[in-house]
Amino acid sequence: MMADYTPEYVGTVTRYVFIESPSMTPGELALRAYEASEGVLIKETCFGLQVTGEPESVDRLIEVIRAFDPTHIFIKDRGFPPGDPRRCRANLGGARPGYLGHEREFRILRYITRGLEELGRREGEAAPEPVPPVHEKKPLLDIKRLQELIETEES
Amino acid sequence: MAKVFIYPATSLILSDLVARFGHKPLGAALGIRERIQTAGVDSPPLQITPEEPKRGLKYAAVEVPSGVRGRMAIYGPLIEEAGAAIIVTDADLAFGCMGCARTDELILFSLRQSGIPILELRYPTTEEEGVQFVAAIKKFLDDLEKEEGEA
Repeated sequence: MMADYTPEYVGTVTRYVFIESPSMTPGELALRAYEASEGVLIKETCFGLQVTGEPESVDRLIEVIRAFDPTHIFIKDRGFPPGDPRRCRANLGGARPGYLGHEREFRILRYITRGLEELGRREGEAAPEPVPPVHEKKPLLDIKRLQELIETEES
Repeated sequence: MAKVFIYPATSLILSDLVARFGHKPLGAALGIRERIQTAGVDSPPLQITPEEPKRGLKYAAVEVPSGVRGRMAIYGPLIEEAGAAIIVTDADLAFGCMGCARTDELILFSLRQSGIPILELRYPTTEEEGVQFVAAIKKFLDDLEKEEGEA
């Protein structure tokens, strides 16, 4: 039977705040964010925060949060509100869906930080030209290897 | 302010850089949020209802699996809305089941067909590549702004 769905937090936006900083922990970030929260819901996580509230209030808070450590704080939108039983790992067990993708990008953040710092330093100078990605052909799967894979799978 | 579609659509780095340089990133979260916040029939976990594959018919033919059409119901409107796109080629985190893989191919195809300005990059693996990565995105977004100003 189909059940009705009544959404919560309608009209709000939720954003993730990631911090990868040598001088500030997520805990400190949360404390400083609370001081400026003005009614925006803040949830501290292991990687930073989740902020939820009216779009204008969240935008304002995000601007304040970014200023704490501009090159080490990264922000993105989230579809679900915090603690949603469909996503929260308290209900599901294991890592939250989507966490592994964040974890993967988290490792690259230090290069982005470096890029942002360098960009600030080289302001006015000509920016380095990026190397466009080369569309190299991926090697095809060898037919013998495929046969081996099928046999391993069957046995 | 331009609306910039990001691929991978869940990318933290792209989403942050686009917003940081003053534009609006269009990623998966916006489509999911719209569904999560709309009342209707309960359809966990992503509130993708049987209506979505029908909406997806605008972007994929009827013989395309419903999984791809359902996903395109989320991404299609975002691609239509976008004024530009940033694509990270061969992103190792953009993988998934066959439905996701085929949808990703269709997203890239639709973006390239749409004729909007596209920036293609790879994720940086060194600090120098990081500098180039950020500089390329900044330049691309600044150029968009100039074009908007002229238009």
